[in-house]
Parts: sequence; C-alpha cells; structure tokens
Amino acid sequence: MHLSRPARIALRTAAALGFAVIYVPLLLVLVNSLNADRGFGWPPSSLTFHWWTDAWHSSGARDALWTSVKAGLGATAISLVLGTLIAFAVQRYRFFGREALSFVVVLPIALPGIITGIALNTAFRTVLQPLGVGLGLFTVIVGHATFCIVVVFNNVIARLRRTSGSYEEAAMDLGADTFQVFRDITFPLVRSALLAGGLLAFALSFDEIVVTTFTAGPGVQTLPIWIFSNMARPQQAPVVNVVAAVLILLSVIPIYLAQRLSADTASGGRI
Amino acid sequence: MAIRLRGLSKSFGQVEAVAGVDLEIGDGEFFSMLGPSGSGKTTVLRMIAGFEAPTAGTVELAGQDVTRLAPFERDVNTVFQDYALFPHMSVEQNVAYGLKIRRVPKAERAERAREALASVQLADFGKRRPAQLSGGQRQRVALARALVNRPKVLLLDEPLGALDLKLREQMQVELKALQREVGITFVFVTHDQVEALTMSDRIAVFNRGRIEQVGTPAEVYERPATPFVAGFVGTSNLLTDEGGTYSIRPEKIRLLDEEAPAGTGDDLRTVTGTVAEVVYRGDSTRFLVALDEGGRLTALQQNHETSSEEVAAYRGTRIRLQWHRRHNVIVTTPESPEAPEAPETESTCV
Repeated sequence: MHLSRPARIALRTAAALGFAVIYVPLLLVLVNSLNADRGFGWPPSSLTFHWWTDAWHSSGARDALWTSVKAGLGATAISLVLGTLIAFAVQRYRFFGREALSFVVVLPIALPGIITGIALNTAFRTVLQPLGVGLGLFTVIVGHATFCIVVVFNNVIARLRRTSGSYEEAAMDLGADTFQVFRDITFPLVRSALLAGGLLAFALSFDEIVVTTFTAGPGVQTLPIWIFSNMARPQQAPVVNVVAAVLILLSVIPIYLAQRLSADTASGGRI
Repeated sequence: MAIRLRGLSKSFGQVEAVAGVDLEIGDGEFFSMLGPSGSGKTTVLRMIAGFEAPTAGTVELAGQDVTRLAPFERDVNTVFQDYALFPHMSVEQNVAYGLKIRRVPKAERAERAREALASVQLADFGKRRPAQLSGGQRQRVALARALVNRPKVLLLDEPLGALDLKLREQMQVELKALQREVGITFVFVTHDQVEALTMSDRIAVFNRGRIEQVGTPAEVYERPATPFVAGFVGTSNLLTDEGGTYSIRPEKIRLLDEEAPAGTGDDLRTVTGTVAEVVYRGDSTRFLVALDEGGRLTALQQNHETSSEEVAAYRGTRIRLQWHRRHNVIVTTPESPEAPEAPETESTCV
C-alpha cells in the first residue's frame, strides 16, 4: 500500500507514542532500581546496586519467588498433561459434545479472574476443607491450571490442525506400533508446541494475582502478592522496585522463546 | 494370488462408501483402481492397508486373512497421495524408518536405504529434509521409503496427482519400469483414465462403491461393459436404436462432406447432422455433431493436412458420419432395465 508522506509521519508518531506508553514506564522501573534516592527522585542523583543487594537478602521476596516458581511449575505440569490430552481428543476423534468441549476448555481464560477466584474459593472450602485439605499452594496450583490449560490446548490443537494425520498412518504402514508412532512421529511433531504452550502457561501463572488471592491460604505468598502487599510501604519501595525489574528481565525470556517456537512452526521448521 | 477381497463393504454413518467389492489381484500385477472421486477406490485401498476396518467382508493377502490385523502387522506398504514424508527426519531417516522399526542392523539399514534412494535417482539427497525437495523428488522418496521394505504389495494412492503434466508422464514411465524391475504387485489408485490405461496390466473401474468392470486396458476401453465405463474411460458416444444402446469411440468415426461419395454396405453405419462445435487441439480436432435423428456424437480427426482455419470453417456445415458397425459396443440391451446415464467425467481422453 502506498501512503502519502503526512500519513506516514502521522502513523509513525502514533506507533511511537503507543510503544512509549508501554515501554517507558518499564524502563523507569529498571533505572529506578539503580536510583540511589530512596524516594525515586528524578533525575537520579547517583546510581547504586544497594537495593539489589537488599532485595537479594530479603527473605520475604525470596520465599515469595520460590512459591511462585513452584505454583507455576505445578500449574504448567497439570496444563501440559490435560491440555494435550483434550487437544488430541478434540482433533483426532469424533464424538458427541466435541464442539462443546472445546468451548468449555477455552472459556476460563475469558472469565474475569475475580469470578474464577470466588467460585474456586467457595468450592475449595466446601469440598476440600472437610477432607482436611486447606487453602494453600495446592489450591493455588489448581486455580492457575484452570486457565493455563487453555494456552497449552490452543497451541497443541493449532499444531495438530496443521500436521496431517497421514504421518501417523505412514509410520504405522512402515511397521510402527501405537507406542512407536507416538515416540517417533507424534511427539516430535508437537514438541515445540508443547514447549511454547508450557512457557506461556508458566508466564500466565507467574504473574497471576486475582485468582491467587482467593485460592492461597494465609501462609502462602506468591511473588505478585508479595509485591502488592509491600508496594505501599515506603521502607520496602526500593526492594519492590528491584523485584519488578528482575521480573521484567525474566519475562522477556519465555515470551521470546515462545514466539520463536511458534514462528518456527509456521515456516515448517521443527525443534 | 496377492490380494483377494470378498464382499468388502464400508459405511461411514449413513454413507455406503464401498458396497460389496469382490476382487482378485495376481502376483506381480500392475493393477489400477480407476474411478471418480467418492467412488470408493481409495477406501478399498485403505482397507487393504489396514487404515479402515471393513463393515463387512474380508481382505486376504497372499492367502492369509488379514481383515482384523493392524496396518503394522500387514506386509504391504503405501505411497500416500500427500507423500506423508516425516518432516522432522532427513530423507535418509525417512527411507530407513521401516527398517529401523523392524530392527534391521544399522549397517544393513544404511546400505539398503542408499540403494533404495539410488534406484529412484536420489542418491545424493539423503541428508536433505523433505521440505528442501521438489514435488517430484518427494514422490520418489515416498516410493523409496515403501520399496526399501520389500513388501509383497505396494499400494499407491493417486501418487502422481500433485505433479505437473510433464513430470507425471515421466513418472508414469518410471513407475511402470520400476514395477517390472522389482516384480512386486502394485495396486494403483487413480481418477485419470489415461494413467490407468497407460500403466496397468488390469483395471477395475469403480462407481458408487461398486466395481463396474475389471479387465485389461484394451478390454475396458474397447469393450466397456456399462454406460458408465464407456463414459468414464475415454469419451463416450452413446447412440440408441432398436438394438439397444451403443458406444462408439470418437476416433472410429469418419467425417464426410454431405455430397462426397460414401461407402455403402451392411457393415457401415452412416448418419447425417450439423457440426455444432469444432475444438482444435493441435494434433487433432474434435467435431461435436448434432444428429438429424436426434442426439449428439463427438468425432475425432487427426490434423494430417488440415489447419486450424480449415477445421474452424466446418462449424455450422452439414456433414455425414460413418463408421464400421464392428466398433459398436453394446452397453445396454433393450431388455436391460438400466437406463443409460451420462456419467460425470473428471477429464476426457481422446
């Protein structure tokens, strides 16, 4: 499409503004984590790694990070297993209620987190507590898995739609039994989709706060919740800022990898 | 007997894809299953391979009933329409996969894979990925991957369908030569009658889940058993008179000017009409003639001496058509309840 010069300038400015709104605040967080002034005075009078050392020694932040990692890994593991199984069922078999199933699986990601949170909270307290299972890390994991399944499911089913079923028939034709077909053909073909789905699921779980608030017991604090409760304390502000900076750097990695994995598939390459 | 099918049927829900097929295919035969899309030929192939379980009937391979066996328990290999080369493996790994599964030692495996690739002129392509090959090369890899296992029967599901005309004609010759060389039974599914006529020892013509006729290419072309076969294999010219419905091939008909002296005799049939359409085809010309007695006939003439302008001038002129009665093929007699129907042809041949 050919654009006139003024149009080109206007569009470029709009795009630059849009990106600025998103990325300048993030940059500010990174710079402030090095700002020597506790009150984040601007421009920074001098730079220091003092807050980074503080954050490293803050046991609250470290415990919270560890809890978040465990919750994320747990939710990702559950979603990988269930999401993959559902994707295979929906894509490879014809059965009653197939369309409804795909809808029901995808719905939780569109539900407001607060609804999921309240519903799970009530369910856990009614069903699990009488059995002696209180709110804790386990309930957080289950809560996160409800919507993490969606990204795994979507990734795997998109891959299965693009991969012809005749690969599996060809392998069977060449003598491979059901297990060998899965090991040699099916799994290698969906592997990168699983990885991309898993990374996204982990990222989703890692920054979740609403559902977590409702499903975590009093003793369980994930990193987002720790940040939320420490943000208002001036004493802790610089440490929170460092943690935020670390999270920005950390989230770049899975998103970048997930994007590369998906792009790879589009061009026919495989991991 | 390489393959014996008895009463083979397959329904998908309410749709009967294959409706009672009986067929015997001999050892070392190049056998084609010809028919339009949806005629059941591919479903029969898939039942021989084991990908579909028949609703009724049995499949025998080399005298053994394999109806209930899984694909990996049958001594057949398939060349798929879309080739189905494993995208995450190299060409070499693709070809060696069947041997690997059957636990052939590594050295022998590599050796046989190399031989198989060499036999399809792809000796130097082993390290490539399927995505780096052209359509014709993928086709050959698929062939090598199947043949390397030395199956008793090779099943080919429209393997040349995705290739352009030149390549297809070249592969037809190569496939036939390869089959003669390895001597195993080929079962070849196609909707292209030229392909079937060119390559096969015998052809089964499929229509609506049933076999209409089984025979050599010459039998199927020159003595079609039903109106469907007459129309699907080649261009059908159907004529009805008191003797029933005849098929006459376009190339058997002579075109004569109305005034020109015509041969007479009981063995000759002469009709008159008007040229409705002239289709110039380079080496030949097709004349579509509206007959005075009703109906239309297509006649084919080689352009021995005529040019495109000359044949175009025939449009709208009066003409006489003449042929030997011995070329008439009765496809239905007046007693036969089946009315001749115009089959849907996907392409026509001359």
